Amino acid sequence: MAVAGAELEELVRDIEDPELPHVTIGDLGIVRSVTVDGPTATVLLTPTYTGCPATEQISDDVTAIVRAAGYEPDVRMVMSPAWSTDWITERGHERLRAAGIAPPPPAPEPGTVPVDLPVACPRCGSRRTRLISQFGATACKASYVCSACTEPFEFFKAL
Amino acid sequence: MSDHLLTYVLRQGDRALVLAQRLLEAITHAPEIEEDMALSNLALDLIGQARALYSYAGEIEGAGHDEDHFAYTRDPHEFLNPLLVERPNGDFAHLIVRQFLHDAWALPYWSSMQHSTDATLAALAGKAVKETTYHLRHSRSWVVRLGDGTDESHERAQAALDALWPYTGELFDADGVEDALVADGVIHPPADTLHEAWRGTVANALEEATLTMPDDGVMQRGGRVGRHTEAFSYLIGELQVVARAHPGATW
Repeated sequence: MAVAGAELEELVRDIEDPELPHVTIGDLGIVRSVTVDGPTATVLLTPTYTGCPATEQISDDVTAIVRAAGYEPDVRMVMSPAWSTDWITERGHERLRAAGIAPPPPAPEPGTVPVDLPVACPRCGSRRTRLISQFGATACKASYVCSACTEPFEFFKAL
Repeated sequence: MSDHLLTYVLRQGDRALVLAQRLLEAITHAPEIEEDMALSNLALDLIGQARALYSYAGEIEGAGHDEDHFAYTRDPHEFLNPLLVERPNGDFAHLIVRQFLHDAWALPYWSSMQHSTDATLAALAGKAVKETTYHLRHSRSWVVRLGDGTDESHERAQAALDALWPYTGELFDADGVEDALVADGVIHPPADTLHEAWRGTVANALEEATLTMPDDGVMQRGGRVGRHTEAFSYLIGELQVVARAHPGATW
Protein backbone atom coordinates (compact mmCIF):
# COMPACT_ATOMS: atom_id res chain seq x y z
CA MET A 1 0.00 0.00 0.00
CA ALA A 2 1.61 3.23 -1.17
CA VAL A 3 1.78 6.22 1.16
CA ALA A 4 -0.05 9.43 0.17
CA GLY A 5 1.71 11.97 -2.03
CA ALA A 6 2.12 14.58 0.71
CA GLU A 7 3.59 11.99 3.04
CA LEU A 8 6.00 10.84 0.33
CA GLU A 9 7.19 14.39 -0.19
CA GLU A 10 7.92 14.66 3.51
CA LEU A 11 9.85 11.37 3.46
CA VAL A 12 11.95 12.61 0.54
CA ARG A 13 12.65 16.01 2.10
CA ASP A 14 13.70 14.31 5.35
CA ILE A 15 16.58 12.38 3.72
CA GLU A 16 19.86 13.46 5.26
CA ASP A 17 22.62 14.88 3.10
CA PRO A 18 25.46 12.32 2.94
CA GLU A 19 28.16 14.92 3.55
CA LEU A 20 26.36 17.28 5.91
CA PRO A 21 25.06 15.13 8.75
CA HIS A 22 21.81 16.31 10.39
CA VAL A 23 20.93 18.56 7.46
CA THR A 24 18.16 17.18 5.25
CA ILE A 25 17.97 17.57 1.50
CA GLY A 26 14.73 19.48 2.10
CA ASP A 27 16.64 21.91 4.34
CA LEU A 28 19.23 22.37 1.60
CA GLY A 29 16.58 23.26 -0.94
CA ILE A 30 17.66 20.72 -3.54
CA VAL A 31 14.26 18.98 -3.76
CA ARG A 32 12.45 20.85 -6.53
CA SER A 33 9.24 18.84 -6.56
CA VAL A 34 7.66 15.49 -5.72
CA THR A 35 4.68 14.56 -7.90
CA VAL A 36 2.67 11.37 -7.90
CA ASP A 37 0.97 10.13 -11.05
CA GLY A 38 -0.66 6.76 -10.57
CA PRO A 39 2.01 4.17 -9.71
CA THR A 40 4.91 6.55 -10.53
CA ALA A 41 6.45 9.22 -8.32
CA THR A 42 8.60 11.83 -10.06
CA VAL A 43 11.18 13.64 -7.97
CA LEU A 44 13.07 16.60 -9.41
CA LEU A 45 16.39 17.35 -7.72
CA THR A 46 18.95 20.04 -8.42
CA PRO A 47 22.68 19.47 -7.91
CA THR A 48 24.51 21.91 -5.64
CA TYR A 49 27.80 21.85 -7.58
CA THR A 50 28.20 20.17 -10.98
CA GLY A 51 30.93 17.93 -9.58
CA CYS A 52 29.41 17.28 -6.15
CA PRO A 53 30.03 13.58 -5.45
CA ALA A 54 27.09 13.50 -3.03
CA THR A 55 24.65 14.04 -5.90
CA GLU A 56 24.61 10.38 -6.94
CA GLN A 57 24.28 9.19 -3.37
CA ILE A 58 21.32 11.52 -2.84
CA SER A 59 19.72 10.30 -6.05
CA ASP A 60 20.14 6.67 -4.91
CA ASP A 61 18.70 7.48 -1.46
CA VAL A 62 15.66 9.16 -3.01
CA THR A 63 15.13 6.22 -5.37
CA ALA A 64 15.22 3.79 -2.44
CA ILE A 65 12.78 5.82 -0.33
CA VAL A 66 10.31 6.24 -3.18
CA ARG A 67 10.42 2.54 -3.95
CA ALA A 68 9.99 1.62 -0.27
CA ALA A 69 6.96 3.93 -0.16
CA GLY A 70 5.34 1.85 -2.88
CA TYR A 71 5.97 3.90 -6.02
CA GLU A 72 7.96 3.41 -9.19
CA PRO A 73 10.70 6.05 -8.86
CA ASP A 74 11.49 8.54 -11.61
CA VAL A 75 14.30 10.68 -10.18
CA ARG A 76 15.64 13.44 -12.40
CA MET A 77 18.27 16.14 -12.10
CA VAL A 78 17.39 19.62 -13.28
CA MET A 79 20.17 22.15 -13.80
CA SER A 80 18.22 25.33 -14.41
CA PRO A 81 17.65 27.56 -12.55
CA ALA A 82 20.97 26.91 -10.83
CA TRP A 83 20.87 26.02 -7.14
CA SER A 84 21.61 28.86 -4.76
CA THR A 85 22.54 28.81 -1.08
CA ASP A 86 19.63 31.24 -0.67
CA TRP A 87 17.38 28.17 -0.98
CA ILE A 88 18.69 26.70 2.29
CA THR A 89 15.88 27.00 4.84
CA GLU A 90 16.11 28.80 8.17
CA ARG A 91 16.02 25.39 9.89
CA GLY A 92 18.88 24.35 7.59
CA HIS A 93 20.90 27.34 8.81
CA GLU A 94 20.26 26.37 12.43
CA ARG A 95 21.26 22.77 11.81
CA LEU A 96 24.43 23.77 9.99
CA ARG A 97 25.38 26.02 12.89
CA ALA A 98 24.67 23.20 15.37
CA ALA A 99 26.97 20.94 13.31
CA GLY A 100 29.79 23.52 13.61
CA ILE A 101 29.42 24.91 10.10
CA ALA A 102 28.83 28.65 9.66
CA PRO A 103 25.77 29.11 7.38
CA PRO A 104 26.06 31.12 4.16
CA PRO A 105 25.27 34.84 3.82
CA PRO A 106 22.93 35.92 0.98
CA ALA A 107 24.24 34.83 -2.43
CA PRO A 108 26.12 37.40 -4.56
CA GLU A 109 24.94 38.44 -8.00
CA PRO A 110 26.25 35.93 -10.57
CA GLY A 111 29.80 36.65 -11.65
CA THR A 112 30.53 38.99 -8.77
CA VAL A 113 32.19 38.39 -5.42
CA PRO A 114 31.09 40.64 -2.58
CA VAL A 115 33.42 42.28 -0.07
CA ASP A 116 34.10 39.77 2.70
CA LEU A 117 32.20 40.51 5.87
CA PRO A 118 33.54 38.78 8.96
CA VAL A 119 32.05 35.32 9.37
CA ALA A 120 30.66 34.52 12.84
CA CYS A 121 32.19 31.51 14.59
CA PRO A 122 29.47 28.83 14.87
CA ARG A 123 30.84 27.78 18.28
CA CYS A 124 31.33 31.04 20.22
CA GLY A 125 29.65 33.57 17.94
CA SER A 126 32.73 35.84 17.71
CA ARG A 127 33.33 37.65 14.44
CA ARG A 128 37.09 37.71 15.03
CA THR A 129 37.63 34.95 12.49
CA ARG A 130 39.88 34.54 9.48
CA LEU A 131 39.90 32.65 6.22
CA ILE A 132 42.37 29.75 6.03
CA SER A 133 41.40 28.49 2.60
CA GLN A 134 38.73 29.29 0.03
CA PHE A 135 38.03 25.55 -0.25
CA GLY A 136 37.28 23.14 2.59
CA ALA A 137 36.62 19.41 2.83
CA THR A 138 33.93 19.83 0.16
CA ALA A 139 33.60 22.33 -2.69
CA CYS A 140 30.68 24.06 -0.95
CA LYS A 141 32.67 25.03 2.14
CA ALA A 142 35.66 27.24 3.00
CA SER A 143 37.99 26.72 5.98
CA TYR A 144 38.10 29.35 8.76
CA VAL A 145 39.61 29.67 12.19
CA CYS A 146 38.20 31.66 15.12
CA SER A 147 40.69 34.00 16.82
CA ALA A 148 38.53 34.23 19.97
CA CYS A 149 38.02 30.55 20.81
CA THR A 150 40.87 29.35 18.50
CA GLU A 151 38.67 26.61 17.01
CA PRO A 152 38.87 25.88 13.29
CA PHE A 153 35.50 25.65 11.55
CA GLU A 154 33.92 25.41 8.14
CA PHE A 155 31.91 28.09 6.37
CA PHE A 156 29.23 27.32 3.80
CA LYS A 157 30.08 29.62 0.89
CA ALA A 158 27.37 31.75 -0.68
CA LEU A 159 26.63 30.50 -4.17
CA MET B 1 24.84 21.98 -37.44
CA SER B 2 24.74 19.00 -35.10
CA ASP B 3 28.27 17.99 -36.24
CA HIS B 4 29.48 21.46 -35.33
CA LEU B 5 27.68 21.36 -32.00
CA LEU B 6 29.18 17.96 -31.18
CA THR B 7 32.71 19.15 -31.96
CA TYR B 8 32.16 22.29 -29.94
CA VAL B 9 30.78 20.48 -26.90
CA LEU B 10 33.69 18.02 -27.00
CA ARG B 11 36.20 20.88 -27.19
CA GLN B 12 34.72 22.33 -24.01
CA GLY B 13 34.39 18.98 -22.25
CA ASP B 14 37.99 18.05 -23.12
CA ARG B 15 39.25 21.40 -21.88
CA ALA B 16 37.60 20.84 -18.50
CA LEU B 17 38.63 17.18 -18.16
CA VAL B 18 42.27 17.65 -19.17
CA LEU B 19 42.74 20.61 -16.83
CA ALA B 20 41.15 18.59 -14.01
CA GLN B 21 43.54 15.70 -14.69
CA ARG B 22 46.54 18.05 -14.46
CA LEU B 23 45.27 19.41 -11.14
CA LEU B 24 44.77 15.91 -9.78
CA GLU B 25 48.39 15.05 -10.60
CA ALA B 26 49.46 17.84 -8.23
CA ILE B 27 47.47 16.69 -5.21
CA THR B 28 49.81 15.94 -2.28
CA HIS B 29 52.44 18.12 -4.00
CA ALA B 30 50.89 21.52 -3.20
CA PRO B 31 52.79 23.88 -0.88
CA GLU B 32 50.28 23.40 1.96
CA ILE B 33 47.50 20.95 2.78
CA GLU B 34 44.78 23.57 2.33
CA GLU B 35 46.00 24.00 -1.23
CA ASP B 36 45.77 20.26 -1.86
CA MET B 37 42.11 20.53 -0.84
CA ALA B 38 41.58 23.61 -2.99
CA LEU B 39 43.11 21.95 -6.06
CA SER B 40 40.96 18.86 -5.60
CA ASN B 41 37.86 21.03 -5.34
CA LEU B 42 38.76 22.95 -8.49
CA ALA B 43 39.31 19.63 -10.26
CA LEU B 44 36.00 18.27 -8.98
CA ASP B 45 34.07 21.23 -10.37
CA LEU B 46 35.84 20.84 -13.71
CA ILE B 47 35.09 17.11 -13.81
CA GLY B 48 31.45 17.89 -13.06
CA GLN B 49 31.38 20.31 -15.98
CA ALA B 50 33.12 17.79 -18.23
CA ARG B 51 30.62 15.06 -17.30
CA ALA B 52 27.66 17.31 -18.13
CA LEU B 53 29.27 18.25 -21.46
CA TYR B 54 30.13 14.64 -22.37
CA SER B 55 26.61 13.46 -21.52
CA TYR B 56 25.29 16.17 -23.80
CA ALA B 57 27.78 15.15 -26.51
CA GLY B 58 26.36 11.62 -26.27
CA GLU B 59 22.84 12.97 -26.80
CA ILE B 60 23.87 15.05 -29.79
CA GLU B 61 25.80 12.19 -31.35
CA GLY B 62 22.85 9.83 -30.86
CA ALA B 63 24.97 6.67 -30.99
CA GLY B 64 24.27 5.58 -27.43
CA HIS B 65 27.65 6.70 -26.02
CA ASP B 66 27.83 7.80 -22.39
CA GLU B 67 30.24 10.20 -20.68
CA ASP B 68 32.77 7.43 -19.96
CA HIS B 69 33.04 6.65 -23.65
CA PHE B 70 34.32 10.14 -24.39
CA ALA B 71 36.71 10.24 -21.43
CA TYR B 72 38.14 6.74 -21.56
CA THR B 73 38.02 5.30 -25.05
CA ARG B 74 39.22 8.04 -27.34
CA ASP B 75 42.84 8.25 -28.44
CA PRO B 76 44.91 11.39 -27.76
CA HIS B 77 44.43 12.82 -31.27
CA GLU B 78 40.67 12.68 -30.78
CA PHE B 79 40.81 15.09 -27.83
CA LEU B 80 40.06 18.69 -28.75
CA ASN B 81 41.23 20.76 -25.77
CA PRO B 82 43.34 23.90 -26.17
CA LEU B 83 47.05 23.24 -25.57
CA LEU B 84 47.20 25.54 -22.51
CA VAL B 85 45.38 23.11 -20.23
CA GLU B 86 47.62 20.15 -21.10
CA ARG B 87 50.89 21.94 -20.29
CA PRO B 88 52.74 20.00 -17.56
CA ASN B 89 52.43 21.25 -13.99
CA GLY B 90 56.10 22.14 -13.54
CA ASP B 91 56.53 24.08 -10.29
CA PHE B 92 53.59 25.50 -8.35
CA ALA B 93 53.97 28.86 -10.13
CA HIS B 94 53.40 27.15 -13.49
CA LEU B 95 50.37 25.30 -12.18
CA ILE B 96 48.72 28.37 -10.68
CA VAL B 97 49.55 30.75 -13.55
CA ARG B 98 48.09 28.22 -15.99
CA GLN B 99 44.97 28.03 -13.83
CA PHE B 100 44.70 31.80 -13.64
CA LEU B 101 45.09 32.30 -17.40
CA HIS B 102 42.36 29.68 -17.88
CA ASP B 103 39.99 31.00 -15.18
CA ALA B 104 40.28 34.59 -16.45
CA TRP B 105 38.95 33.19 -19.74
CA ALA B 106 36.39 30.82 -18.19
CA LEU B 107 34.51 33.38 -16.08
CA PRO B 108 33.48 35.74 -18.91
CA TYR B 109 32.99 32.69 -21.12
CA TRP B 110 30.44 30.98 -18.84
CA SER B 111 28.93 34.28 -17.89
CA SER B 112 28.03 35.02 -21.51
CA MET B 113 27.04 31.40 -22.26
CA GLN B 114 24.12 31.83 -19.87
CA HIS B 115 22.49 33.63 -22.81
CA SER B 116 23.10 30.80 -25.26
CA THR B 117 20.11 29.76 -27.38
CA ASP B 118 21.06 26.16 -26.51
CA ALA B 119 19.07 25.39 -23.34
CA THR B 120 21.45 22.66 -22.10
CA LEU B 121 24.56 24.83 -22.44
CA ALA B 122 22.78 27.83 -20.91
CA ALA B 123 21.71 25.76 -17.88
CA LEU B 124 25.22 24.39 -17.39
CA ALA B 125 26.62 27.91 -17.72
CA GLY B 126 24.36 29.04 -14.88
CA LYS B 127 26.07 26.51 -12.59
CA ALA B 128 29.57 26.90 -13.98
CA VAL B 129 29.66 30.67 -13.69
CA LYS B 130 29.13 30.42 -9.94
CA GLU B 131 31.85 27.80 -9.52
CA THR B 132 34.29 29.64 -11.78
CA THR B 133 33.88 32.85 -9.77
CA TYR B 134 35.51 31.07 -6.83
CA HIS B 135 38.17 29.46 -9.05
CA LEU B 136 39.30 32.79 -10.46
CA ARG B 137 39.28 34.39 -7.06
CA HIS B 138 41.56 31.62 -5.81
CA SER B 139 44.03 31.47 -8.70
CA ARG B 140 44.22 35.26 -8.96
CA SER B 141 45.03 35.62 -5.26
CA TRP B 142 47.92 33.15 -5.68
CA VAL B 143 49.29 35.00 -8.72
CA VAL B 144 49.38 38.18 -6.64
CA ARG B 145 50.98 36.40 -3.66
CA LEU B 146 53.67 34.81 -5.81
CA GLY B 147 54.35 37.83 -8.03
CA ASP B 148 54.44 40.32 -5.18
CA GLY B 149 56.09 37.88 -2.77
CA THR B 150 59.79 37.05 -2.46
CA ASP B 151 62.41 37.50 -5.21
CA GLU B 152 62.31 33.77 -5.78
CA SER B 153 58.51 33.52 -6.08
CA HIS B 154 58.45 36.60 -8.32
CA GLU B 155 61.04 35.12 -10.67
CA ARG B 156 59.24 31.79 -10.85
CA ALA B 157 55.86 33.42 -11.47
CA GLN B 158 57.32 35.58 -14.25
CA ALA B 159 59.05 32.55 -15.79
CA ALA B 160 55.76 30.63 -15.72
CA LEU B 161 53.91 33.52 -17.32
CA ASP B 162 56.51 33.84 -20.08
CA ALA B 163 56.45 30.09 -20.74
CA LEU B 164 52.65 29.79 -20.84
CA TRP B 165 51.82 32.99 -22.70
CA PRO B 166 52.28 31.48 -26.19
CA TYR B 167 49.48 29.03 -25.37
CA THR B 168 46.88 31.69 -24.56
CA GLY B 169 46.08 32.71 -28.14
CA GLU B 170 44.37 29.43 -28.91
CA LEU B 171 41.71 30.09 -26.24
CA PHE B 172 40.24 32.71 -28.55
CA ASP B 173 40.52 30.87 -31.86
CA ALA B 174 37.41 30.34 -33.91
CA ASP B 175 37.07 28.17 -36.98
CA GLY B 176 34.07 27.05 -39.01
CA VAL B 177 32.68 25.26 -35.97
CA GLU B 178 32.50 28.35 -33.77
CA ASP B 179 31.51 30.67 -36.61
CA ALA B 180 28.41 28.61 -37.38
CA LEU B 181 27.42 28.45 -33.72
CA VAL B 182 27.92 32.17 -33.14
CA ALA B 183 25.59 32.80 -36.09
CA ASP B 184 22.97 30.57 -34.48
CA GLY B 185 23.29 32.27 -31.11
CA VAL B 186 24.60 29.09 -29.45
CA ILE B 187 27.89 30.83 -28.61
CA HIS B 188 27.94 34.19 -26.86
CA PRO B 189 29.87 36.35 -27.29
CA PRO B 190 32.13 36.27 -30.35
CA ALA B 191 35.74 35.52 -29.43
CA ASP B 192 37.04 39.10 -29.73
CA THR B 193 34.76 40.40 -26.95
CA LEU B 194 35.95 37.54 -24.76
CA HIS B 195 39.57 38.39 -25.51
CA GLU B 196 39.03 41.95 -24.34
CA ALA B 197 37.46 40.82 -21.06
CA TRP B 198 40.28 38.30 -20.49
CA ARG B 199 43.00 40.81 -21.22
CA GLY B 200 41.48 43.29 -18.77
CA THR B 201 41.34 40.71 -15.95
CA VAL B 202 44.88 39.52 -16.64
CA ALA B 203 46.38 43.03 -16.93
CA ASN B 204 44.76 44.09 -13.67
CA ALA B 205 46.05 41.06 -11.73
CA LEU B 206 49.56 41.25 -13.22
CA GLU B 207 49.86 44.88 -12.25
CA GLU B 208 48.95 44.07 -8.66
CA ALA B 209 51.35 41.12 -8.77
CA THR B 210 54.18 43.37 -10.12
CA LEU B 211 54.54 40.97 -13.05
CA THR B 212 55.15 41.99 -16.65
CA MET B 213 52.68 40.99 -19.32
CA PRO B 214 54.61 39.21 -22.07
CA ASP B 215 54.41 40.43 -25.67
CA ASP B 216 52.14 38.47 -27.97
CA GLY B 217 54.63 36.61 -30.14
CA VAL B 218 54.03 33.45 -32.12
CA MET B 219 51.11 31.59 -30.56
CA GLN B 220 51.09 27.79 -30.28
CA ARG B 221 47.92 26.13 -31.46
CA GLY B 222 46.60 22.76 -32.60
CA GLY B 223 44.92 21.10 -29.61
CA ARG B 224 41.47 22.12 -30.77
CA VAL B 225 41.93 20.08 -33.94
CA GLY B 226 43.63 17.15 -32.23
CA ARG B 227 47.32 18.09 -32.60
CA HIS B 228 48.79 17.92 -29.13
CA THR B 229 52.11 18.48 -27.36
CA GLU B 230 54.35 15.58 -26.45
CA ALA B 231 53.31 15.58 -22.81
CA PHE B 232 49.69 14.92 -23.73
CA SER B 233 49.78 11.22 -24.56
CA TYR B 234 51.26 10.49 -21.12
CA LEU B 235 48.42 12.38 -19.48
CA ILE B 236 45.82 10.42 -21.46
CA GLY B 237 47.69 7.17 -20.78
CA GLU B 238 47.40 7.70 -17.04
CA LEU B 239 43.80 8.91 -17.27
CA GLN B 240 42.68 5.83 -19.21
CA VAL B 241 44.88 3.03 -17.89
CA VAL B 242 42.31 1.43 -15.59
CA ALA B 243 39.44 1.74 -18.05
CA ARG B 244 41.61 0.24 -20.81
CA ALA B 245 42.90 -2.63 -18.65
CA HIS B 246 39.44 -3.52 -17.34
CA PRO B 247 36.89 -2.45 -19.97
CA GLY B 248 33.40 -2.03 -18.59
CA ALA B 249 34.47 -2.77 -15.00
CA THR B 250 32.11 -1.66 -12.24
CA TRP B 251 32.48 -1.61 -8.47
